[in-house]
Amino acid sequence: MSVSGYRGRLRDLLETAGVDVGDEVEVLTGDGRRYLGYLMSRTEYAEEGLITLKLPNGYNVGIALDDRATVRKISEGRAPAFTRGELPPVNPNLPRVALLGTGGTIASRVDYRTGAVRPAMTTEDLLSTVREVAEVANVESEVLLSVYSENMTSREWDAIARAVHDRISKGCEGVVIAHGTDTMAYTAAALSFVLQRPPVPVVLVGAQRSSDRPSSDAATNLLGALLVAGRAPFAEVVVTMHAWHSDDVIAVHRGTRVVKLHTSSRDAFQSVNSRPIAYVKEERVVVRATDLNPRGVTTYSFEPGFDDRVALLKFVPGMRGDILQLLAEQGYRGFVLEGTGLGHVASSWIPVIKRLTGDGAFIGMCSQCRFGRVNMSVYYNGRDLMAAGVTPLDDMLPEVAYVKLSWALHRANEPERLKQVMLTPIAGEVGERSMPVRPNWGGE
Amino acid sequence: MALNYRDIGLKVGLEVHRQLNTARKLFCDCPTEPVESGQKIEFMRRLREAQSELGEVDPAARFEARRSRTIVYRADMGNVCLVEMDEEPPHQLNSEALRIALTFAKMVGAQPVDEVHVMRKIVIDGSNTTGFQRTCIVATGGSVRIKGKEVPIQTITLEEDAARIIETGEDTVVYDLSRLGVPLIEVSTAPVIGSPEEAYDAAASIGKLLRATQGVKRGLGTVRQDLNISVSGGGLVEVKGVQELEEVPKVVDYEVRRLLHLDKVRSMLRARGVKAADVLGQPLHDLTGLLASSKSRLISSWVLKGGKVMGVRLPGFSGLLGGGDVRLGKELSDYAKAWTGIEGIIHSDELPGYGLTKEEVDAVRSVLGAGGGDGFAIAVGPESKAREALYFVLERAAVAVEEVPGETRGAKPGGMTVYLRPRPGAARMYPETDVPPSRVTRGLLEEIERNLPPTLEELASRLTSKFGLSTQLVWELINAEAVEDFESLVNTGVQPSFIASLLTETMKDLKRSGVRVENIDLRRLHGYLKLVAEGRTAKESAREVLAYLANNPDSSSLDAVRALGLLAPTVEEVDREVEALVEELAPKFSGKDPFGPLMGELMKRYRGRVDGAMLSRLLREKLRERGIAK
Repeated sequence: MSVSGYRGRLRDLLETAGVDVGDEVEVLTGDGRRYLGYLMSRTEYAEEGLITLKLPNGYNVGIALDDRATVRKISEGRAPAFTRGELPPVNPNLPRVALLGTGGTIASRVDYRTGAVRPAMTTEDLLSTVREVAEVANVESEVLLSVYSENMTSREWDAIARAVHDRISKGCEGVVIAHGTDTMAYTAAALSFVLQRPPVPVVLVGAQRSSDRPSSDAATNLLGALLVAGRAPFAEVVVTMHAWHSDDVIAVHRGTRVVKLHTSSRDAFQSVNSRPIAYVKEERVVVRATDLNPRGVTTYSFEPGFDDRVALLKFVPGMRGDILQLLAEQGYRGFVLEGTGLGHVASSWIPVIKRLTGDGAFIGMCSQCRFGRVNMSVYYNGRDLMAAGVTPLDDMLPEVAYVKLSWALHRANEPERLKQVMLTPIAGEVGERSMPVRPNWGGE
Repeated sequence: MALNYRDIGLKVGLEVHRQLNTARKLFCDCPTEPVESGQKIEFMRRLREAQSELGEVDPAARFEARRSRTIVYRADMGNVCLVEMDEEPPHQLNSEALRIALTFAKMVGAQPVDEVHVMRKIVIDGSNTTGFQRTCIVATGGSVRIKGKEVPIQTITLEEDAARIIETGEDTVVYDLSRLGVPLIEVSTAPVIGSPEEAYDAAASIGKLLRATQGVKRGLGTVRQDLNISVSGGGLVEVKGVQELEEVPKVVDYEVRRLLHLDKVRSMLRARGVKAADVLGQPLHDLTGLLASSKSRLISSWVLKGGKVMGVRLPGFSGLLGGGDVRLGKELSDYAKAWTGIEGIIHSDELPGYGLTKEEVDAVRSVLGAGGGDGFAIAVGPESKAREALYFVLERAAVAVEEVPGETRGAKPGGMTVYLRPRPGAARMYPETDVPPSRVTRGLLEEIERNLPPTLEELASRLTSKFGLSTQLVWELINAEAVEDFESLVNTGVQPSFIASLLTETMKDLKRSGVRVENIDLRRLHGYLKLVAEGRTAKESAREVLAYLANNPDSSSLDAVRALGLLAPTVEEVDREVEALVEELAPKFSGKDPFGPLMGELMKRYRGRVDGAMLSRLLREKLRERGIAK
């Protein structure tokens, strides 16, 4: 163990005194104050010249130590560690569900290096704190990755997809993926295209409050996910998270229709241009949608692979079309534009669009309006953009279109073929009937 | 017989909690006072135990988790946002609150820490949506003086107030979120207080200093005292939530008697040779069949619902369960009730009773195999709960043989206390990683020191000299926490001593006669005094008007005066009336001075409406004009 987080003068002071993090110490400050407590680590970005002490009553305080200050070790401490409780017992009568850990808040604890929360718990740790799991499924857990979801790339999508495929082939009756929430919707879309018509549910789950908090949503979300994985009559790639602020209803969103709509709330995930396909209420899966891939189908096909030469661009007023040109020069071959309204970018973009599509690049159009479908026939500009080679992507969510394009480009290089793949519904990502938008303020 | 507290080794530590009167809550921008917005929300949650950074689970947290209740939260979004709902991370520590706490620290000579670290104190009874209370030490050390004794202060902390409990069911508890997150200052003394009176003095003294910061809220529910009480040879008992200062000595007295009684019972159990292991090993018996036809309403109501009557022998406990207001039987049933939520627990020393006859009691004794020296306990309710409850009765009874346990208890009105939960350990604390530490700079401390508010003693002497009030009246104002109101009402121009006694004596008197004085707001009081100052009504009417305002919260002060017929006539009207009176009556008093009788007549007509001094002046003027008076 080292005096982690301490630098410079204080590090020297502590090392000279033979003090490590966790040790019981007596501190005398230059201005004559005396403290007894346990030395805690300091965060990487904390102010220098202070130590963090845990007082005997459990409180931490920061104490400034100047040149006159002294630190004396009283006794050796023990380093903080998470003690795992017993794992739930195995019940062979319950469905066999694989739980794959990838990191994120759902598996997070306090980090003594930065003082922030970071992925640290294993899936076993998680299971041992959520004991009801034993009543829901016979879980086989594995830590696949340990990354914040914003650090994920298509390589991680691929690794996750292959791991799920492996578990499906080994006879698991459902697969749950614990995932960071920031990009969970993108991974859900990626898995939706790779794991087509799977025989069992593939469920992504996360948490908006870390698992080391009593109020964490991890437990209820995880239980909901395991119930869907083990018992749902449908076999879809889905995201299961809190439907609202309450702990009683978990919404099951289609992997190609879900968006993280809020930065922090438990109900951050919502279906957009669609509705949740099911809910988990009182430990039962309540199915809403009818057009679902049933559990146990035999038409499963595994279609891995992504191409990174794609970009999602949000058009903003004043943005110039040469940004597309620059990306194309860097080797990008596919673009999803998040246009304004019904699907527009400035008409000044038309020449560069014409040039790029002429060179075989794909340019698809979604809307930056969070809800609704594009329709490029309403205004002249839209028609001009289509004539220049832009493909309207109907009611597909821009994030999903981006993922789909990355996946499609891997298997179809020829422009017409690519366009056809993009417009063909594969996992419910395009072509739903338009319904009134929810939530709205309802004319309060 | 009076107790010698020193001989029994009484040690009391005090924690005074007081809401701070900041504009915003401790970790978000919600106002600290409730606001009716019309936008209401209700949601439900469950909380689970979590490990502290030391990798241990707190016993108090495990206690609550065992009960696994559904928690319902209600909120008016007027002063609740996503932060209180635990749907958004906390914002920075409120600097206004920090400043008030540092001011208090300086006033008692405490030493501020250099960096304030916010901690999470695990509390999973639902009173905090997060499952923890955010709390931080601002300073340590310092002291308050009480009657020549120095009481050291251990810590001064800032913390979030908890949500207010609205109702508790067996498996559900409902909270209102309005109060959650209101800043609280907590002042903890060292356990050096040696008597109930000293506890009162220390609480009063800390209370005064807190008020002197000018940063605390006033009124019911803004103060709460917790007491840590121990006597030689016993565990430490924490009593939570003593609301009134007057209850502080009563609680100490009750706890001392309780601890001494339990210690006595323990020695008697030992003298009888009772062994804890033997108590724990007692089998439970189903008494449902035996008591099915009992007249006891407690039993028959449960049996009708399909519940069970379970019983267990308490070997050697006969005669030791009952007693006065402190008795082991209450400890056993409170303990079992706290852990299982079950109400129907009866022990042998209160039987025959609860509708159970002597014959039934004898029959129970024989089924349980309880001899003359044995006691027993009965639990009524759903079978699993009744069984569970008796296991807890046995657990607590076994402890009673071994020791007087430390625990957390709750204060009840009147000074009684009741078991709440096990004492928490240091394992309940871990860092609040969402809030970076706040640096307490030299500059900030120097600035606070330069602007320290006067102590209450300084305030008293200032008020005395500035407004010419008596020392007694000034202290009444201070103790009634009415100084601010007083100073804002003085500008009405009404005599300061009148305003002061209005805010103290009159209010106290009205409150005593059952008037809801909390309905009398400052704005209407101001309006009334304005009317007095303008001569529109006489100050003799004050008591009546205030009572009217309290009973009619929607009436203005003018409405009140008018409705009571206390609105003064105009000066012209009075003038005419006095003129007419003098005209009519003065001649009848030829020779004698008519002032007295005429004044009497005028007061009869105008009492409470026109100032007596003004009537007197007017009357003398008129008499003089006619050459009647000297």
